[in-house]
Parts: sequence; structure tokens; C-alpha cells
Amino acid sequence: MPDTPATATPALQHRHLLGLATYSADEIRRILQTAREFREVLERPIKRVPTLRGITVCNLFFEPSTRTKLSFALAEKRLSADVVNFSASGSSVSKGETLKDTAQNIEAMKVDLCVIRHNSPGAAHFLTRCINGVVINAGDGAHEHPTQALLDMLTMRDHFDTFEGLNVCIIGDITHSRVARSNVFGLKALGANVTLCGPSTLLPVEVERLGVRVTHRLDEALEGCDVAMALRLQLERQSAGLFPSLREYHEQFGITRTHLTQHPDLLIMHPGPVNRGVELASDVVDHERSIILSQVTNGVAVRMAVLYLLAARPGDDAA
Amino acid sequence: MEPTDHVKAHLMTAADLQRVLDRMARQVAERIDPSADAAATFGLVGLQTRGVHLARRLQQRLRDDDGLTVPVGILDATMYRDDVRLRRTRPQVKPTDIPFDVTGRHLVLVDDVLYTGRTSRSALDALMDMGRPASVHMLVMIDRGLRELPIAPDIVGREVPTLPGEEVRVRLREADAQEGVWLVATDGTGARAG
Repeated sequence: MPDTPATATPALQHRHLLGLATYSADEIRRILQTAREFREVLERPIKRVPTLRGITVCNLFFEPSTRTKLSFALAEKRLSADVVNFSASGSSVSKGETLKDTAQNIEAMKVDLCVIRHNSPGAAHFLTRCINGVVINAGDGAHEHPTQALLDMLTMRDHFDTFEGLNVCIIGDITHSRVARSNVFGLKALGANVTLCGPSTLLPVEVERLGVRVTHRLDEALEGCDVAMALRLQLERQSAGLFPSLREYHEQFGITRTHLTQHPDLLIMHPGPVNRGVELASDVVDHERSIILSQVTNGVAVRMAVLYLLAARPGDDAA
Repeated sequence: MEPTDHVKAHLMTAADLQRVLDRMARQVAERIDPSADAAATFGLVGLQTRGVHLARRLQQRLRDDDGLTVPVGILDATMYRDDVRLRRTRPQVKPTDIPFDVTGRHLVLVDDVLYTGRTSRSALDALMDMGRPASVHMLVMIDRGLRELPIAPDIVGREVPTLPGEEVRVRLREADAQEGVWLVATDGTGARAG
């Protein structure tokens, strides 16, 4: 490598990762390719490289999260970044501090990169206007959750050579799902066919405009499908009257062993945490064609890749 | 060649490369303990990307000429570079695959061009994170001088004194359309990578 200057594939066009809606196919491919190489680090006895030494990352979690938070924290540590954590509970947010003030205080502590999870759509966009550092969206309300979609796509890529013509269906509460939205943008950009399936109360109106197929029938969605991604059903949606009962939801939209028998090549994914016996029958979760746990492993690698590709560049610094 | 290159000299032809590789294979063979099992105690580590091709060619020669089976590992030192903060572009991370335990093994690090020594420094750090080799030696096709770190090669194909605005292009048929070594001048202000 020495004399080839910089092996110059251009870095990402974007400075932040707020969502996949504006990311090009090339940028997404670059992230996935980089993530595949970072996976090797996770197999080593010493799972740590010095790549981001001296870069400070702040994890701002305004909403409860287990796996995304853990996955980001691990990715940051594996790359030797300095990490500060902030969660809404036990912070001055509970004293009424605004997001803008919180963010500017954190920025004043010389943070290069912020990872934010917030229950309001657009919180990550808003943050980019408050601070000079790089912002990575770890889920903002029902808007986007780009790193989840990227890890989903990396997991699919392990089983299929191309996204061109790949048939993916996403099943469940599409309206409230940032995971579904990010996956639709990412998968469409790479040429996959996406079908959305769920009760009409949980499907947004005019969603077809995103270039996806929509159906209210599970058997129709699974026909010719390569990957079925079930979404977590938030149980509080029942009290809002959006579906009658968990049992009825499972009857209509739950994937069972019978579906796996009918579709012998179908792979099952889920962003977690799974309601066993609701979105997926319990034996489907544990089935060999369920690739839910490889999604988790890929999550760390994808976040390492995103951090590496977006970490502060010269001229970006406020100072 | 890159589009902005002006060729100043054709340093080595394809035949020169073959001859020099033959000689370097002899020098590697001299370092292998004849009483030990080379497959278990020795290893070549090629640096991405052209160092890997050179390491494979050396492996072939050691097998054909000396009957020695020597494993080849692939190393990408991008994650260990010291300039992540300083560059606008991010170098593509390439695969690393070392199919043997480096601990206790005698290793030869193989690269095409030795320049500032920064890539070699990264590669050494990467190897040390994987275990504790018995020894690490360094083999390069071209040593172009202008070191910025105290790094010295053990086996050198050819020493070529160069100037900072120049680049040495080693081209191998496994990766490129041509084969040979060229000295070029570049227009660009390309950062010093290796």
C-alpha cells in the first residue's frame, strides 16, 4: 500500500448519519464493506484497535435502550475512543434542561462525536444545528434508526450476494417504526423489493409512495419472500385501540413454524427485543433460519464502521 | 500508473522483478531453521495489497526450490494508522487474515515499498496485538529512503534514493495490468502514506 496515495475511495459525502433517506447506494455499500472488515477485530483474542485514539464520543440517550446503547459503547471501546455516557434519568434533563442546553454543555466539554437516541423525530437533525461535532442518530422517535437498518442489511448481505431483486418483507407496526423506515430507504437504494405488511391501523397512509408493496395479509407478504423481518409490537398500542388483542395479532401476523415449512428458504429477522409468541412463535425465534443473533453481532461491526468513516476530519473542528 | 503520474524512470522490468524475488527467497530460506518444522515455526505476513502478492510469490518459490511449506498471512494496518484525524478521506479498510498463531513464530513482514516507515510501524503494532512473535523481520521490494521513524528493513530488493515529490510504483500482474517498477513524479499533493 505504501505508495498508492490514500487508496483514495472518497469518504462519505455526508458529515453526519441522521438517516438513510439521503444516503446513496455507494455510501451504504462503503459502510457495509468497512463493517465486514471490522468484524475480524471482533474475532481476535484482543478485541481492540487504536483507530480512534484521542477522539471523544458522547452517547446521549434520552430514551431507554439496552442493545443499541451497549452496541455503540462496545464499538467505541473496540476502536479506543474516549467515551462519555449521558442518560436522561439522573441528569439535569429531569430538572428541566432543554436538549439544546444539554448539547451545548456537552460540546463545551470538547466532544468530537455525539450519538443520540431521543423520542422526538428530528432530534438528531436539531442537534446538528446546536453543536459543531459529528452527529449519529441512534433512533429518533418514529423517524429513523439508520444503524439498525445498516446492521440488518449487513446480516442480509451475509446470506445473499446482492440486494438487486432481493425480496424483503417487513411485518408489524410500520407506522411507529423507525426501523422499518430506515430499512425501506436503505433497501430501496440498493435495489431490493420491499413489502410492508401489518394491520391497516398500523400502516401509514400513502406509504406506497416510498416505492414499496403493501399488504394486509401475511401469506401474501411471504409469497416469494427471501427475508421476513418482524417488528416488535409495542404493547401499549393495544390500549390505544390499534389492534384488538395479542392473540388475534399473532393469529394474523405472527410467523409460526408452519410458515417456515411452507417457505423452505425464508430467513427470519427481528430488531429485538422479541415478544415471544406475538410477532414470532417461540420456536421460530430459536429456529436455525432465524438470524436474530447475527444481527446483534453485526451491530457492533456496523457501528465501528460508521464511527470510523464519520469521525472528525480536519477543518471540521470548532476550535 | 495513476492518471497524474509522469514516468521518470523504468526501475525494474518484469524479468528484473523475478530475478530479485528469486534472490530474496534465498535470503528468506536462510533464516528458516532447517531442523524445525517451517509450517509451525515460520510465517510470511504480506501487507495489503501488493505485499500479499509478493508474499505468495515467495511462498511458491520456497515450496518449489526448498521444499518448505510456509504459511502466508494477510495484514491490513489501516486501523493502526496514526493519521485518522489528519485526513479528509478515510482509507478503505481491507481484510486481515492471519491463519496461524503468531506467538512464538518467526515472521517476515513483506511489503512492496518502504518509505516513511509509518505503515511498517502500524503493521508491527497490529502484529503485537495478535500475540508475541519470536521475531519479526522486514522484507521490501524497494527501499526508497526518506524515513520518518527508526525502521530498518532486513531484506531489500533494491534501494532507490528518491525525492519527496516522487513516488515508486510497484506493479504486479496479480493486481495490475503491467508488471515492473517505475519511478514517477506526481502532480497531486498526495499525503505521504507509507
